[in-house]
Amino acid sequence: MIVVGELLNASRKAVGAAIEASDGGYILQVAQDQLEAGADYIDVNAGTFIDKEREYVEWMVRLIQDNTGAVCSLDSPDPEVLNQALKVHKGTAMINSISLEKERYDAILPIIAGTDLKVIALCMSDEGMPVTKEDRLIIADKLINGLCRNNVKLENIFIDPLVQPIATDQSYGAEFLNAIEGIMSGYPGVHTICGLSNISHGLPNRKLLNMSFAIMAIAKGLDGLIVNPVDKQMMASLIASETLAGRDEYCEKYLDAYRAGRFEF
Amino acid sequence: MNILEEIRDAVVEGNAAKVKELSGKAIEEGFSAAQILDEGLIGGMNIIGPRFKNNEIFIPEVLKSARAMHAGMDMIKPQIVSSNIQEKGIVLIGTVAGDLHDIGKNMVIMMLEGSGFKVIDLGINVPTEKFIEAIEEHKPQILGLSALLTTTMKQMKNTVETLLTLESRPKIIIGGAPITQKFCDEIGADAYAADAASAAEIANMLIGSGSQAAGA
Repeated sequence: MIVVGELLNASRKAVGAAIEASDGGYILQVAQDQLEAGADYIDVNAGTFIDKEREYVEWMVRLIQDNTGAVCSLDSPDPEVLNQALKVHKGTAMINSISLEKERYDAILPIIAGTDLKVIALCMSDEGMPVTKEDRLIIADKLINGLCRNNVKLENIFIDPLVQPIATDQSYGAEFLNAIEGIMSGYPGVHTICGLSNISHGLPNRKLLNMSFAIMAIAKGLDGLIVNPVDKQMMASLIASETLAGRDEYCEKYLDAYRAGRFEF
Repeated sequence: MNILEEIRDAVVEGNAAKVKELSGKAIEEGFSAAQILDEGLIGGMNIIGPRFKNNEIFIPEVLKSARAMHAGMDMIKPQIVSSNIQEKGIVLIGTVAGDLHDIGKNMVIMMLEGSGFKVIDLGINVPTEKFIEAIEEHKPQILGLSALLTTTMKQMKNTVETLLTLESRPKIIIGGAPITQKFCDEIGADAYAADAASAAEIANMLIGSGSQAAGA
């Protein structure tokens, strides 16, 4: 499981305030906590600051990398923000994200074409939000082929089939899950990734729904998550699910996590 | 309990079949479409709104009640047309250009309809010019703008700035996940609605405050 720590997002109040106040201590603490909890990438988002996004993202990337060495997921649809961040980023960053929306596709593609960058590719097109599994597979196919033709390696592509709130349509969960299965079986080597909070929007006790959905998606083949890694119960469920789905030889990761105390909460 | 109260309670329960049946029965018993609409159907949604806002009920339950309300509206539609009932007001609504999200907007539409407004939905990815054309055509009292992405907040700002230059314009309510009261103040929109139930309340307030229809 490839874990992108989602907490450094400016739309979260405490993070937004820390960015605005140049409170590097807080930002670093959140990055450190996520790394210790098992994050592979630290997502960096300053999207709520319309005019200062570029400056803030650059500052956060420098701060995090200088002090922790972590690899970042650069979370912006703005090519200028991404290019600026890539200038200072060391190692192979993840780009979050490209989509099939023409304007966004044309803007982001030149940044990743022919590079070894990881890229999250969102199943969204100018025709609107996908509803069915088939809608998602059509968009995923175009994204995967388009990226591969532009010399992006299949194993660097993370398809996000787009999670929508189950509260508004009971079919949204199953259509997403079946899309994961279709993508993972149709394009061996590609990754799938998603955030979880959309699924539970508008319902009480969201953690339960988010965690249950993650477990179901892992059973279908999902191998990446944009998630709060500091949530120990969530992280434990991800590890157990991968083991149960047959992706943990000799239950090694499960036992490592057990010995590291990751199941104690 | 009279039949209008029964309709109201069936809307609250989200029982579409019952609302449909009772609405038909109420017409036969001689109740006017306006009474069925106001006391029964809208009466039910007026109970739903605050409960939703207080987290006592949740989105699927609001959707169920809205479906029940629509089942009743379909029954009384012929009477509404012939009796020429006055709508409370017209709300024009859409998601700004570049943004394809509509789940939140659709919730807002439901609450507005449930509160007695006529809603004209321009859909997603609506360019500023299209809002302007629709304002001229429909002369709404209120315009609702939605944006879910931090990136399309910029577009919302542009749209609002252009609309503010119109000689006569509807009151502008904005909303969506990244939107805040602060942003609303910055760009000069008339109001910010934090959720679908608040949007309906604010629309009612703005109408009450004597806003003029565009072009009026």
